[in-house]
Amino acid sequence: MATKTICGTTVQVNDEGFMTNPNEWTRDIAVELAKEEGITELTAAHWKIIDFCRQSAVATGKAPTLRQITSGSGATTKDLFTLFPKGPAKKVAKISGLGKPEGCV
Amino acid sequence: MADETRKIAFICSKGNLDMAYPALIMGWAALGNGIDVTIFFTFWGMDMINKARIDHLEVPPIANTSMKMNMMGVPGYIGIPQFMGGLPGMTPFATKLMNDKMKGLGVPTVREYMEMLVDAGAKLYACKMSVDMFGLKKEDFIDGVQDIVTAGDFMDLTEGAQVIFI
Repeated sequence: MATKTICGTTVQVNDEGFMTNPNEWTRDIAVELAKEEGITELTAAHWKIIDFCRQSAVATGKAPTLRQITSGSGATTKDLFTLFPKGPAKKVAKISGLGKPEGCV
Repeated sequence: MADETRKIAFICSKGNLDMAYPALIMGWAALGNGIDVTIFFTFWGMDMINKARIDHLEVPPIANTSMKMNMMGVPGYIGIPQFMGGLPGMTPFATKLMNDKMKGLGVPTVREYMEMLVDAGAKLYACKMSVDMFGLKKEDFIDGVQDIVTAGDFMDLTEGAQVIFI
């Protein structure tokens, strides 16, 4: 298993750069991961979605799909694609320290 | 990851409910992964964007040899006799069955899916020749259909894209 050092902390990641242990995730790490994905600043709107993903993953053990995010967090599809442009499905999960979402919708 | 954004284009030529979903599901997955999506609706596929038809797509059991009784809870792969598939009410029945199954899996309806795709940035186009043939106008289509274009326009619009015909 590969590791990566973010904000001075060494975390486990898979070969696509997704963190494999959600417990190693912190909000500071999320800020750094977001920068790697081209998102320079995480606003309250970003955090609302990230927090929802974290809670959802605790409950289900999996990263939520985009549709689960829109129906659960109140964010719209447009919000998701504006806040996390060019591939929100992977980006949200990666920044939230979760694996790739499973499920097609 | 390549610097240039990957592009996928779907050509939807079928208006049956079961043939509407592939482009919707793959298109949504593509958008979620940062891939540019264009969908061209031609011939019967225009039902997927026709305001009057989008909520009424159906799946006929007739001439569908893969549709077995197990969809109705009968174990094994017992066929539905073709003459039965032609009985009045069989198509609405099969359609309801499929819609219920999709709903149970949390799959959006065709209309809802189309809204999601448009909100996520998919570009939708209707085929000029089909539009002329069926006597349709741009106003007959759902919001999000950008234009009515020719086959040649489609070629220009999808330069560099992977094209999937459904």
